[in-house]
Amino acid sequence: MLPMFFWAFVVGGLICVIGQIMFDVLKLTPGHTMSTLVVVGAILGGFGVYDPLIDFAGAGATIPITSFGNSLVNGALQEAEQHGLVGVLTGMFEITSSGISAAVVFGFIGALLFKPKG
Amino acid sequence: MASKNKSPEQKQYEKLEQKHELKRPVLQNCVKAFFVGGTICLIGQAITYFYIYFFHFTEQTAGNPTVATMIFIAMLLTGFGVYDRIGQFAGAGSAVPITGFGNSVISAAIEHRTEGFVLGVGGNMFKLAGSVILFGVFSAFVVALIKTLLQIWGVI
Repeated sequence: MLPMFFWAFVVGGLICVIGQIMFDVLKLTPGHTMSTLVVVGAILGGFGVYDPLIDFAGAGATIPITSFGNSLVNGALQEAEQHGLVGVLTGMFEITSSGISAAVVFGFIGALLFKPKG
Repeated sequence: MASKNKSPEQKQYEKLEQKHELKRPVLQNCVKAFFVGGTICLIGQAITYFYIYFFHFTEQTAGNPTVATMIFIAMLLTGFGVYDRIGQFAGAGSAVPITGFGNSVISAAIEHRTEGFVLGVGGNMFKLAGSVILFGVFSAFVVALIKTLLQIWGVI
Protein backbone atom coordinates (compact mmCIF):
# COMPACT_ATOMS: atom_id res chain seq x y z
CA MET A 1 0.00 0.00 0.00
CA LEU A 2 2.80 2.44 0.90
CA PRO A 3 4.75 2.05 -2.36
CA MET A 4 1.47 2.77 -4.19
CA PHE A 5 1.18 6.12 -2.37
CA PHE A 6 4.80 6.87 -3.19
CA TRP A 7 4.44 6.11 -6.91
CA ALA A 8 1.10 7.95 -7.09
CA PHE A 9 2.89 11.02 -5.73
CA VAL A 10 5.92 10.73 -8.02
CA VAL A 11 4.13 9.84 -11.26
CA GLY A 12 1.33 12.36 -10.68
CA GLY A 13 3.90 15.02 -9.85
CA LEU A 14 5.95 14.24 -12.96
CA ILE A 15 2.92 14.53 -15.26
CA CYS A 16 2.25 17.96 -13.71
CA VAL A 17 5.89 18.92 -14.33
CA ILE A 18 5.42 18.04 -18.01
CA GLY A 19 2.39 20.36 -18.00
CA GLN A 20 4.44 23.08 -16.29
CA ILE A 21 7.20 22.78 -18.89
CA MET A 22 4.58 23.16 -21.63
CA PHE A 23 3.37 26.33 -19.83
CA ASP A 24 6.80 27.89 -19.26
CA VAL A 25 9.14 26.61 -21.96
CA LEU A 26 6.79 26.05 -24.90
CA LYS A 27 4.65 29.04 -23.75
CA LEU A 28 1.34 27.30 -24.38
CA THR A 29 -1.87 28.55 -22.79
CA PRO A 30 -3.50 26.30 -20.16
CA GLY A 31 -6.19 25.42 -22.71
CA HIS A 32 -3.63 24.26 -25.29
CA THR A 33 -1.67 22.35 -22.64
CA MET A 34 -4.72 20.47 -21.33
CA SER A 35 -5.91 19.65 -24.86
CA THR A 36 -2.46 18.34 -25.82
CA LEU A 37 -2.22 16.20 -22.69
CA VAL A 38 -5.65 14.68 -23.35
CA VAL A 39 -4.66 13.82 -26.93
CA VAL A 40 -1.38 12.30 -25.65
CA GLY A 41 -3.39 10.24 -23.14
CA ALA A 42 -5.70 9.00 -25.90
CA ILE A 43 -2.75 7.97 -28.10
CA LEU A 44 -0.99 6.22 -25.21
CA GLY A 45 -4.29 4.49 -24.45
CA GLY A 46 -4.53 3.35 -28.08
CA PHE A 47 -1.10 1.73 -27.84
CA GLY A 48 -2.14 0.10 -24.56
CA VAL A 49 0.63 1.82 -22.59
CA TYR A 50 -1.55 3.80 -20.20
CA ASP A 51 -3.29 0.94 -18.38
CA PRO A 52 -0.01 -0.61 -17.17
CA LEU A 53 0.89 2.85 -15.84
CA ILE A 54 -2.40 2.90 -13.88
CA ASP A 55 -1.60 -0.53 -12.41
CA PHE A 56 1.79 0.83 -11.41
CA ALA A 57 0.96 4.30 -10.12
CA GLY A 58 -2.76 4.16 -9.28
CA ALA A 59 -4.17 7.64 -8.73
CA GLY A 60 -0.89 9.11 -9.98
CA ALA A 61 -2.07 8.05 -13.44
CA THR A 62 -5.87 8.26 -13.05
CA ILE A 63 -6.08 11.78 -11.57
CA PRO A 64 -4.10 13.74 -14.23
CA ILE A 65 -6.15 14.82 -17.25
CA THR A 66 -4.23 12.41 -19.54
CA SER A 67 -6.31 9.63 -18.00
CA PHE A 68 -9.43 11.28 -19.47
CA GLY A 69 -8.18 10.60 -23.01
CA ASN A 70 -7.19 7.07 -22.07
CA SER A 71 -10.62 6.33 -20.54
CA LEU A 72 -12.40 7.67 -23.64
CA VAL A 73 -10.38 5.29 -25.85
CA ASN A 74 -10.91 2.37 -23.46
CA GLY A 75 -14.67 2.94 -23.35
CA ALA A 76 -14.87 3.15 -27.13
CA LEU A 77 -12.74 0.02 -27.61
CA GLN A 78 -14.70 -2.02 -25.03
CA GLU A 79 -17.99 -1.26 -26.75
CA ALA A 80 -16.43 -1.76 -30.19
CA GLU A 81 -15.47 -5.30 -29.19
CA GLN A 82 -19.12 -6.14 -28.64
CA HIS A 83 -20.90 -4.11 -31.33
CA GLY A 84 -18.26 -3.46 -33.98
CA LEU A 85 -17.66 -0.02 -35.48
CA VAL A 86 -20.84 1.57 -34.03
CA GLY A 87 -19.45 0.86 -30.58
CA VAL A 88 -16.71 3.44 -31.13
CA LEU A 89 -19.38 6.13 -30.88
CA THR A 90 -21.76 4.53 -28.40
CA GLY A 91 -19.07 3.50 -25.95
CA MET A 92 -17.11 6.75 -25.95
CA PHE A 93 -18.33 8.04 -22.57
CA GLU A 94 -18.81 4.60 -21.00
CA ILE A 95 -16.00 5.06 -18.47
CA THR A 96 -15.64 8.84 -18.28
CA SER A 97 -19.33 9.46 -17.61
CA SER A 98 -18.67 9.94 -13.89
CA GLY A 99 -16.18 12.74 -14.49
CA ILE A 100 -18.40 14.61 -16.95
CA SER A 101 -21.60 14.19 -14.95
CA ALA A 102 -19.85 15.11 -11.70
CA ALA A 103 -18.48 18.27 -13.34
CA VAL A 104 -21.93 19.22 -14.69
CA VAL A 105 -23.84 18.43 -11.48
CA PHE A 106 -21.36 19.99 -9.08
CA GLY A 107 -20.83 22.93 -11.44
CA PHE A 108 -24.53 23.71 -11.29
CA ILE A 109 -24.73 23.18 -7.53
CA GLY A 110 -21.69 25.43 -7.18
CA ALA A 111 -23.39 28.14 -9.26
CA LEU A 112 -26.48 27.84 -7.01
CA LEU A 113 -24.48 28.00 -3.76
CA PHE A 114 -21.69 30.47 -4.43
CA LYS A 115 -21.65 34.04 -5.68
CA PRO A 116 -18.84 35.27 -7.93
CA LYS A 117 -16.09 37.13 -6.10
CA GLY A 118 -14.35 40.36 -7.09
CA MET B 1 -0.21 38.43 -37.17
CA ALA B 2 2.18 38.00 -40.09
CA SER B 3 5.47 36.86 -38.68
CA LYS B 4 7.57 37.33 -41.84
CA ASN B 5 7.26 40.88 -43.10
CA LYS B 6 8.20 43.02 -40.14
CA SER B 7 9.13 46.62 -40.38
CA PRO B 8 12.47 47.70 -38.82
CA GLU B 9 10.50 49.38 -36.04
CA GLN B 10 8.74 46.14 -35.23
CA LYS B 11 12.04 44.27 -35.11
CA GLN B 12 13.49 46.90 -32.85
CA TYR B 13 10.47 46.66 -30.61
CA GLU B 14 10.81 42.88 -30.46
CA LYS B 15 14.40 43.20 -29.28
CA LEU B 16 13.31 45.69 -26.65
CA GLU B 17 10.51 43.37 -25.62
CA GLN B 18 12.84 40.41 -25.25
CA LYS B 19 15.21 42.44 -23.11
CA HIS B 20 12.48 43.43 -20.69
CA GLU B 21 10.55 40.19 -20.69
CA LEU B 22 10.47 38.59 -17.25
CA LYS B 23 12.42 35.36 -17.15
CA ARG B 24 10.12 32.67 -15.87
CA PRO B 25 11.62 30.71 -12.99
CA VAL B 26 11.09 27.42 -14.81
CA LEU B 27 12.86 25.14 -12.32
CA GLN B 28 11.14 26.67 -9.32
CA ASN B 29 7.75 26.43 -11.03
CA CYS B 30 8.40 22.79 -11.91
CA VAL B 31 9.27 21.94 -8.30
CA LYS B 32 6.07 23.63 -7.10
CA ALA B 33 4.02 21.85 -9.77
CA PHE B 34 5.62 18.52 -8.84
CA PHE B 35 4.80 18.78 -5.14
CA VAL B 36 1.29 20.20 -5.47
CA GLY B 37 0.37 17.83 -8.33
CA GLY B 38 1.88 14.91 -6.45
CA THR B 39 -0.04 15.82 -3.31
CA ILE B 40 -3.33 15.99 -5.22
CA CYS B 41 -2.64 12.52 -6.65
CA LEU B 42 -1.73 11.31 -3.14
CA ILE B 43 -5.14 12.50 -1.89
CA GLY B 44 -6.70 10.76 -4.89
CA GLN B 45 -4.90 7.54 -3.97
CA ALA B 46 -6.23 7.79 -0.39
CA ILE B 47 -9.78 8.26 -1.71
CA THR B 48 -9.29 5.28 -4.06
CA TYR B 49 -8.32 3.05 -1.12
CA PHE B 50 -11.28 4.43 0.84
CA TYR B 51 -13.66 3.26 -1.90
CA ILE B 52 -11.90 -0.10 -2.25
CA TYR B 53 -12.05 -0.93 1.47
CA PHE B 54 -15.41 0.54 2.49
CA PHE B 55 -17.54 0.27 -0.66
CA HIS B 56 -15.96 -2.86 -2.20
CA PHE B 57 -14.90 -1.33 -5.47
CA THR B 58 -12.04 -3.06 -7.27
CA GLU B 59 -8.78 -1.34 -8.16
CA GLN B 60 -10.07 -0.91 -11.72
CA THR B 61 -13.54 0.48 -10.91
CA ALA B 62 -12.53 2.70 -7.98
CA GLY B 63 -11.29 5.37 -10.41
CA ASN B 64 -14.82 6.55 -11.22
CA PRO B 65 -16.06 7.47 -7.72
CA THR B 66 -12.60 8.87 -6.96
CA VAL B 67 -12.82 11.29 -9.88
CA ALA B 68 -16.34 12.34 -8.83
CA THR B 69 -15.19 12.93 -5.24
CA MET B 70 -12.18 14.94 -6.38
CA ILE B 71 -14.44 17.15 -8.51
CA PHE B 72 -16.77 17.61 -5.52
CA ILE B 73 -13.79 18.78 -3.43
CA ALA B 74 -12.77 21.05 -6.32
CA MET B 75 -16.27 22.58 -6.23
CA LEU B 76 -15.95 23.49 -2.55
CA LEU B 77 -12.42 24.85 -2.95
CA THR B 78 -13.41 26.84 -6.05
CA GLY B 79 -16.51 28.24 -4.38
CA PHE B 80 -14.55 29.45 -1.37
CA GLY B 81 -11.88 30.95 -3.64
CA VAL B 82 -9.11 28.65 -2.37
CA TYR B 83 -8.44 26.84 -5.65
CA ASP B 84 -7.47 30.00 -7.50
CA ARG B 85 -4.87 30.73 -4.86
CA ILE B 86 -3.48 27.20 -5.11
CA GLY B 87 -3.42 27.66 -8.88
CA GLN B 88 -1.43 30.87 -8.66
CA PHE B 89 1.15 29.10 -6.56
CA ALA B 90 1.26 25.73 -8.29
CA GLY B 91 0.60 26.50 -11.97
CA ALA B 92 0.24 23.20 -13.80
CA GLY B 93 0.35 21.32 -10.48
CA SER B 94 -3.28 22.21 -9.86
CA ALA B 95 -4.37 22.52 -13.51
CA VAL B 96 -3.33 19.10 -14.85
CA PRO B 97 -5.13 16.89 -12.28
CA ILE B 98 -8.85 16.27 -12.84
CA THR B 99 -9.58 18.83 -10.10
CA GLY B 100 -8.30 21.49 -12.53
CA PHE B 101 -10.86 20.30 -15.09
CA GLY B 102 -13.55 20.51 -12.40
CA ASN B 103 -12.30 23.93 -11.38
CA SER B 104 -12.54 25.28 -14.93
CA VAL B 105 -16.15 24.05 -15.26
CA ILE B 106 -17.24 25.24 -11.83
CA SER B 107 -15.52 28.63 -11.92
CA ALA B 108 -17.08 29.33 -15.32
CA ALA B 109 -20.50 28.32 -13.95
CA ILE B 110 -20.16 30.58 -10.89
CA GLU B 111 -18.70 33.47 -12.87
CA HIS B 112 -21.57 33.63 -15.36
CA ARG B 113 -24.34 33.16 -12.83
CA THR B 114 -25.25 36.86 -13.01
CA GLU B 115 -26.23 36.36 -16.67
CA GLY B 116 -28.95 33.93 -15.62
CA PHE B 117 -29.04 30.18 -15.23
CA VAL B 118 -29.93 29.24 -18.80
CA LEU B 119 -27.81 31.58 -20.91
CA GLY B 120 -25.18 32.34 -18.27
CA VAL B 121 -24.48 29.15 -16.36
CA GLY B 122 -25.74 26.71 -18.98
CA GLY B 123 -24.15 28.44 -21.92
CA ASN B 124 -20.76 29.14 -20.41
CA MET B 125 -20.16 26.11 -18.19
CA PHE B 126 -17.89 24.38 -20.71
CA LYS B 127 -16.31 27.57 -22.02
CA LEU B 128 -12.84 26.51 -20.84
CA ALA B 129 -13.28 22.75 -20.44
CA GLY B 130 -14.96 22.41 -23.84
CA SER B 131 -11.65 22.28 -25.68
CA VAL B 132 -10.48 19.41 -23.46
CA ILE B 133 -13.67 17.47 -24.19
CA LEU B 134 -13.56 18.25 -27.92
CA PHE B 135 -9.97 17.19 -28.49
CA GLY B 136 -10.26 14.30 -26.04
CA VAL B 137 -13.33 12.88 -27.74
CA PHE B 138 -12.12 13.48 -31.28
CA SER B 139 -8.67 12.00 -30.73
CA ALA B 140 -10.18 9.06 -28.85
CA PHE B 141 -12.60 8.56 -31.75
CA VAL B 142 -9.77 8.48 -34.30
CA VAL B 143 -7.58 6.21 -32.16
CA ALA B 144 -10.40 3.78 -31.36
CA LEU B 145 -11.59 3.77 -34.98
CA ILE B 146 -8.13 2.94 -36.32
CA LYS B 147 -7.60 0.22 -33.73
CA THR B 148 -11.04 -1.32 -34.34
CA LEU B 149 -10.55 -1.30 -38.12
CA LEU B 150 -7.14 -2.93 -37.75
CA GLN B 151 -8.70 -5.59 -35.55
CA ILE B 152 -11.54 -6.20 -38.02
CA TRP B 153 -9.08 -6.53 -40.90
CA GLY B 154 -7.01 -8.87 -38.77
CA VAL B 155 -3.85 -6.78 -38.82
CA ILE B 156 -3.49 -6.90 -35.03
